[in-house]
Amino acid sequence: MNHYPLRWKLLGAAVVAATAVVAGQQPAPQQPPPQPQQQQPTTVGVTLTGEGGAQTRLAVPDLLALSNDRETTEAARIIGEVLWEDLNFEREFYMIPRDTYKSIPPASSIDAVPYDRWRELGADGVVIGTVQKAATGVRVELRLYNVRARQQVYGREYTGSAANPRLYAHTMSDELHDSQRKLRGVARTKLTFSSDRNREAVVNTIEKRDVKEVYVTDYDGANPRRITINRALNVFPTWSPDGRSIVYTSYRTGVPDILISNIYAGTMETPTKGAGQNWLPVFSPDGTRIAFTSNRDGNPEIYVMNRDGSDLRRLTNNPEIDSTPTWSPAGTQIAFASGRSGTPQIYVVGVDGAGLRRVSQESYADRPTWSPAPYNEIAFSARSGPGFDIKILNIGTGETRQITFGEGTNESPAWSANGRHMAFMSTRAGRSQIFTVDRDGKNIRQITKDGNNQTPNWSQ
Amino acid sequence: MRREAKALLVLVLLLTVVVAACKGKAKPPVARPMPPPMAGSGTNPPPPPGPPQPVSEPVVVPPMPAEDTIGTKSLDDLNRDSPLRPLFFPLDSSDVSSEGQQLLQANAAVLKKYPTMQITIEGHCDERGTAEYNLALGERRALAAKNYLVSLGIAADKVKTVSYGKEFPFDAGHDESAWSKNRRAHFVITAK
Repeated sequence: MNHYPLRWKLLGAAVVAATAVVAGQQPAPQQPPPQPQQQQPTTVGVTLTGEGGAQTRLAVPDLLALSNDRETTEAARIIGEVLWEDLNFEREFYMIPRDTYKSIPPASSIDAVPYDRWRELGADGVVIGTVQKAATGVRVELRLYNVRARQQVYGREYTGSAANPRLYAHTMSDELHDSQRKLRGVARTKLTFSSDRNREAVVNTIEKRDVKEVYVTDYDGANPRRITINRALNVFPTWSPDGRSIVYTSYRTGVPDILISNIYAGTMETPTKGAGQNWLPVFSPDGTRIAFTSNRDGNPEIYVMNRDGSDLRRLTNNPEIDSTPTWSPAGTQIAFASGRSGTPQIYVVGVDGAGLRRVSQESYADRPTWSPAPYNEIAFSARSGPGFDIKILNIGTGETRQITFGEGTNESPAWSANGRHMAFMSTRAGRSQIFTVDRDGKNIRQITKDGNNQTPNWSQ
Repeated sequence: MRREAKALLVLVLLLTVVVAACKGKAKPPVARPMPPPMAGSGTNPPPPPGPPQPVSEPVVVPPMPAEDTIGTKSLDDLNRDSPLRPLFFPLDSSDVSSEGQQLLQANAAVLKKYPTMQITIEGHCDERGTAEYNLALGERRALAAKNYLVSLGIAADKVKTVSYGKEFPFDAGHDESAWSKNRRAHFVITAK
């Protein structure tokens, strides 16, 4: 297989050895997300609504710090800020800007809510919370009050580490969305993407080539963590459904191949066992199978295999390019890009290889990504002028709508688990950066700023 | 580009020193113009003025015999000034033009001359394609170049291919001048 001369083999061996040495921390082992201990909600069962059918207006003032130490006061400030942002992100509630109620005095205790002042502000609900130093970290209590009815609607208590106070806000946000709107929020989800931010050079090349490594951040860009450290190209990372593994394309051995990093266990898997060159892997919705592109039979085609590489099946057979698979939410179909009609277009085929059909009518379409239920839609990158724009195709109606409009190039859309948002790469702010946008094209936010960042994927 | 020029300059200076040292050992120095040290080195300092030459033929820098170049250069130096020329492609295409075929024939001639030489063909693409699809397109470009070399009698196991899609552009610009340079099969010598 490898015909490099001794010198290159030695260099290769050094790289492999270096990788092996760090295998214990490859990927850099991470603490599993600490799940705050929860106690039973103190009051449940009331859903907060807006007045006269209007959107519910919520306020989230700073939490009360019941201890004076710096850690506790910091946590109180951060949790209020982040909870407001998390709730604002889903656009289910109208979030009253925080600077408009800085003048409202904090409640003297969590039970002494100045309802009149919040009513004056036009708030339907207000989240009041406390943070207190505990034996191991902090105790956080959060309550949602109905301002008009002057009663508690929902309440939670968490105790846990003070290392990442944002997580208490994220958890509360997801629970509020679930209890109040039956909505699966994304506040605790994460993004993975490929980045050259560490500015290291690829080894063994004449030209200066920057490595790209896989990174993970919270959905809002906080807490960036580097996952790969092999000083090669590591691109197109995608999550396993359980959020504990990332499968990606790595040039660790000099050619593209599929690696799985178990990011909390700190272990790696090499499912293809070195057969051919393999890229663009993506887990099936149940996490047991991986669809990918490979040249193992002499031309880029779509294949599916078990997570351990067994039960390999070839899905396409065409002399033109077949690439970039994505699973349907039920795991029964695969959409992919193919050049078989002359330009890259999106096609759909059953995982048994039956029912092939073309679904896009663009000058160039790639990176299909199938939306989670209930939306039967595929987002993709469509050529538009010198670059690309994100479009969404409704498979049922065949209609396509555009999400971005030529601000830089916009590529590689990836859905959030609730189907309400997408992450994508855009050059609108200069270099390649990760952005998020809602499915209606609104709520565009820049997630990354450091280096060039590309090909995002959103955890379940 | 600047680094390449710098490397070349260092090489030239080094050669000059070596030549001077050898001369010093062999025989007393003789005043005469320095021979052009290397083929195709546009950045050479002009030779010192010498006595008028009787022969008025145009001075053509004689290309160094390829044997010497490839024999003495390190792999890195060889790849910096490669005897294998890159093959360029049109937008979205992995077709080898007739011009491209001529270029590959010249590359094949080099490979035939040095039967121990092994190469990796890198397939590259411009930013006008997507990151994802470009990986397959780069693979097709590398493969198209390889297949043509094989059709000319080059052993397939001497030629490896790898696609980098648009991950490593040669020209970071955002216009056709840059894009046309980035749509290419790049030949890397991995053994000589």
